[in-house]
Amino acid sequence: MGDDALILSHRLAEWAGSAPVLEEEVALANLALDLLGQARALLSLAGDEDALAFRRDARAFRNVRLVELPNGDFAHTMVRQLFFSAWQRPLFARLAERPGPFAAIAAAAGPEIAYHLDHAVTWTLRLGDGTAESHARAARAVAALWRHTGELFEPVPGLDWLDPAALRADWTAHVTGTLRAATLPVPGEPPPPGAPFTGGGRRGLHTEAFGRLLAEMQHLHRSHPGAAW
Amino acid sequence: MNARAETEHAGNGTRDHTANDTAGRAANDTAGRAAAFERTIAADERIEPRDWMPDAYRATLVRQIAQHAHSEIIGMQPEADWITRAPSLRRKAILIAKVQDEAGHGLYLYGAAETLGTSREELLDKLHAGRHKYSSIFNYPTLTWADVGAIGWLVDGAAITNQVPLCRCSYGPYARAMVRICKEESFHQRQGYELLHTLAHGTSAQRAMAQDAVDRWWWPSLMMFGPPDDASPRTEQSMAWRIKRHTNDELRQRFVDICVPQAEALGLTLPDPELRWNEERGHWDFGPVDWAEFRAVLAGEGPCNEERISRRRRAHAEGAWVREAASAYAAKHPRGDAAPHVPAAPNVPAAPNVPAAPNVRAGAS
Repeated sequence: MGDDALILSHRLAEWAGSAPVLEEEVALANLALDLLGQARALLSLAGDEDALAFRRDARAFRNVRLVELPNGDFAHTMVRQLFFSAWQRPLFARLAERPGPFAAIAAAAGPEIAYHLDHAVTWTLRLGDGTAESHARAARAVAALWRHTGELFEPVPGLDWLDPAALRADWTAHVTGTLRAATLPVPGEPPPPGAPFTGGGRRGLHTEAFGRLLAEMQHLHRSHPGAAW
Repeated sequence: MNARAETEHAGNGTRDHTANDTAGRAANDTAGRAAAFERTIAADERIEPRDWMPDAYRATLVRQIAQHAHSEIIGMQPEADWITRAPSLRRKAILIAKVQDEAGHGLYLYGAAETLGTSREELLDKLHAGRHKYSSIFNYPTLTWADVGAIGWLVDGAAITNQVPLCRCSYGPYARAMVRICKEESFHQRQGYELLHTLAHGTSAQRAMAQDAVDRWWWPSLMMFGPPDDASPRTEQSMAWRIKRHTNDELRQRFVDICVPQAEALGLTLPDPELRWNEERGHWDFGPVDWAEFRAVLAGEGPCNEERISRRRRAHAEGAWVREAASAYAAKHPRGDAAPHVPAAPNVPAAPNVPAAPNVRAGAS
């Protein structure tokens, strides 16, 4: 989960200086910062945040593929955010209710995730039900990203009590409701866990783009072994 | 302020609408308002958007505030370039927050400029067309991570030295924007200093990186104060209007005096062999700025002018369909019908600090 937040934060921060409108510079940076904060809290539970972020290779990262995919256009970024935040929200709500090391982090992240989801829903509506071009772009984004959603409902290692099917029901209700309201086609059920070529991130099997992301992210840190920053 | 309001009310109350008198009346009104304007400036009070102001005062402010806003927006680029390469998660978070603040400063400043009767769209169009300038400093490249620290320490430091007096500028909306901006800028400046301090006390490679960055950013930072006083034609009028409080050379000197001891504390040197303390003046003497380089950068011939403005134009052009979608959606779903039939979130408190919805106007762009 820390890797999910870390990598999505990195992708969102790539928008800095290139957003379609000034308010979205602020909003996208806000999302990136929230997710980076979540990543730092979660990675710190597991060890040294910088060692985990900067000194693991791609095969050791456990994030879902959905978050590592290149940003594409603004519709692609917003639909990806809708899919991710609609999954993160019920997950973190459940984590917040269970005693354990995640509870405080999940509780603090709850309002952030609610904002992320609200922002993604608002833009999905605007783009889906905006102009012919924005509708077509949003529909393309939904179609392209859909196959990567099944992975969200694979069992999360270490969280055996968590019922992926329950998350899935919550996610499907929210996402399909939003897509319909946005006049966008709903592609049907997400691919089931284990469907061929739709997952693998949780096992360290990533997309080609991910290696390049890490090369950029880790280059400076790795060039100065042992240095403090 | 009160004096001026009284004058205007008196003017309105006694207005005579006979045709013969209209022209003379208008001339008297203008003279009265101009006198009220002069009194407000002389009393060191604030001019507000609805107040009468000379056309040239308005034009000067639009130019200066817009240029300031553009600098915030273009200034995001050299730093944002290092977000994806930041060497620790803490530094990455600080840098994202800083770039976000700069976008926020751009928003305040375009807002302040809009109170003068222009629009953000119009100002951005002028920036993209090359008819408006932005700060010369952002045409220099960020070549290493240490540049992020040098920008914080020197570039934000120079900006603060320039901007603190603007918190008392005669135009109210600009002065108030500057109060907020200066608080955040001084925070950024301390972070930049701290970043350089860490590098200067790190490995020999980090130390060399820090020194190299300071060597490259020092002179361009001194250029941020603008041309020398004898070549700054607008200074006198801006000071008379209390838009500016100090001349370019005064502020530049103040900045040098602040930086020299800070550089010593960092354990770094400033790249100026003529830098020495002048007991008589009570200031640091420093070598001549390369004004030919300054003019070349302002004329668009600096190292990154072309790529900065191209990237800005590209972001704007590639975002056009998004802004059009937002306008089309707003037209289809007037107020109150913004989010139809989306399932409500259970048990999740409302998000604090939600940014305002994008200010995209129907029919704009």
